[in-house]
Amino acid sequence: MSDVLAVAEHRRGELRDVSYELVTVGSQLADATGGDLHLAVISGDVDEYADSLNLEGVDTIHTVEYGEEFNHDVYAQVVEQLYDAVGPQVLLTPNSVNGLDYGPAVANSLGLTYVSDAVDVSLEDSTLTATREMYSGKVETTTEVDADAVAVSIRGAEWPATEARGDAAIEAFDADVDESAVKSTVKGFEEVGGGDVDITEADVLVSVGRGIEEEENLDLVRDLADALDATLSSSRPIVDNGWLPKNRQVGQSGKVVTPEFYIAIGISGAVQHVAGMKGAENIVAINTDPNAPIYDIADYGIVDDLFDVVPALIEEFED
Amino acid sequence: MKVLVTVKEVAAVEDEFEIDGTAIDEAYLEYDLNEWDDYAIEEGVQIAESEDDVEVVSVTIGPERAEETIRMALAKGADRAIRVWDDSLEDAELLDVEAKTKMLEAVVEDEDPDLVLSGVQADDDGFGATGVSLADAIDFEWAAVVNELDLSVDERVAGVHRELEGGVEELTDVELPAVLTIQTGINEPRYASLRGIRQAQRKEIKPMTLDDLGLSADVAESNLEIVDMYEPESESDAELFEGSPEEEAAQLAGVLRDGGVGQ
Repeated sequence: MSDVLAVAEHRRGELRDVSYELVTVGSQLADATGGDLHLAVISGDVDEYADSLNLEGVDTIHTVEYGEEFNHDVYAQVVEQLYDAVGPQVLLTPNSVNGLDYGPAVANSLGLTYVSDAVDVSLEDSTLTATREMYSGKVETTTEVDADAVAVSIRGAEWPATEARGDAAIEAFDADVDESAVKSTVKGFEEVGGGDVDITEADVLVSVGRGIEEEENLDLVRDLADALDATLSSSRPIVDNGWLPKNRQVGQSGKVVTPEFYIAIGISGAVQHVAGMKGAENIVAINTDPNAPIYDIADYGIVDDLFDVVPALIEEFED
Repeated sequence: MKVLVTVKEVAAVEDEFEIDGTAIDEAYLEYDLNEWDDYAIEEGVQIAESEDDVEVVSVTIGPERAEETIRMALAKGADRAIRVWDDSLEDAELLDVEAKTKMLEAVVEDEDPDLVLSGVQADDDGFGATGVSLADAIDFEWAAVVNELDLSVDERVAGVHRELEGGVEELTDVELPAVLTIQTGINEPRYASLRGIRQAQRKEIKPMTLDDLGLSADVAESNLEIVDMYEPESESDAELFEGSPEEEAAQLAGVLRDGGVGQ
């Protein structure tokens, strides 16, 4: 029997989607061995969050009222204390920016083996099996670990959200937070990527990635965007290089877009990018690598050199 | 003030490759400095350039081949380097978070830095966990996924922006000593100058074995075991246009026009 402790995530007053997905994964693992699923809800309006997460498969929700927003020093202390109190075999956290800000610390502190960014996970006898990607998604691995003491962070949007209501016990957990050990202060938040253009409003996006190679070559995709009366956007490396401003970035840390047409040029389609554009009505990929993950979600594709195809496409629309 | 920058030599896979057992066949791998670590080095060097009396030490865990990578850190401005390796690590299939934490913990005890900079993640195994795990082990404060850093040496505080999802950044003050995991885009990593490359030849790369670090060979024993590696099945049902670039473009133009684009 394996009990599972999963830690919900919220930000600025709202539960994040991955919290509902954690319930799905957690209840699958707990059910596989007849164990219980415990859920931790830490900081913010914990009663409201607990009510929202009172879902099918959850046995107990532990609430900890302490501060409003995520602070990793608070989370690390509380999760460690909850782990000791509940005594689960498996700790589940989101593989989010905040999940990665406390999960590895908790694992190290409790002596748990840390498995990050799992896209599939199962439990049988006393072995936990996780599927992970390596080499930027070019391969997947099946990884086994002793399920007695393991922390797994799960990738968002890989599991469906649990929606059916449940009848979990909701208990306030009396955590003892040592304030002198809280050495980070969250001072606020900043929205980035404002400015002259809103790529989320565009019907047609011409989006450019690493395959463009040089900054000078951006003129080529600008010309295409002009010819198609489209808006220019990009994947992360283009913004990292300072070639386009942050408000053009599509993906997990940029904008989520849903245009009629998304034309991905020289974009491989890493998972962080796909998170921002998979909802586009029609996805077109132009990329020399036929195995690039962008083709997994593309509706139309041209496996060829963008420096040959894009000028020809511009010509089509200039005639 | 001392800044320790952890760097990793990572393997990139060619477009076409073969899997040999639970690893990629060596013939299809190319080794390079991990992209995130390039930004971490730059951040460390920029701190040294803007503050007085800063020493930048770079550390890597890797075989002799990795000297090329750590030499790049030296050429870009790190003062000296440490390379941790041991014959007993040759056969380790995977150095997991725990093993890397223990080795780096021993280096930190030896070096006593004020600030440790690491990349957010390694491009090959993608754990994204070693920096924060290390912070816990050495009792440093930390911040993960930092894309802006404003260091106040006198007050011993690092003002950071953490890049959250969805175009939101968290503004946080972190007390030193601290470990910061550095996100790409935080700066513009420099290219090594010829002068830098020449100087790097004379800089020290100190080899350290597990014994030197006071660790035993079982540090590399992992609870994790990779039992299978495979190429993900392509889920592609994209309609591919074929022919010359002009023919391909013409077919795509037809689809776009039918969809009302460019009309």
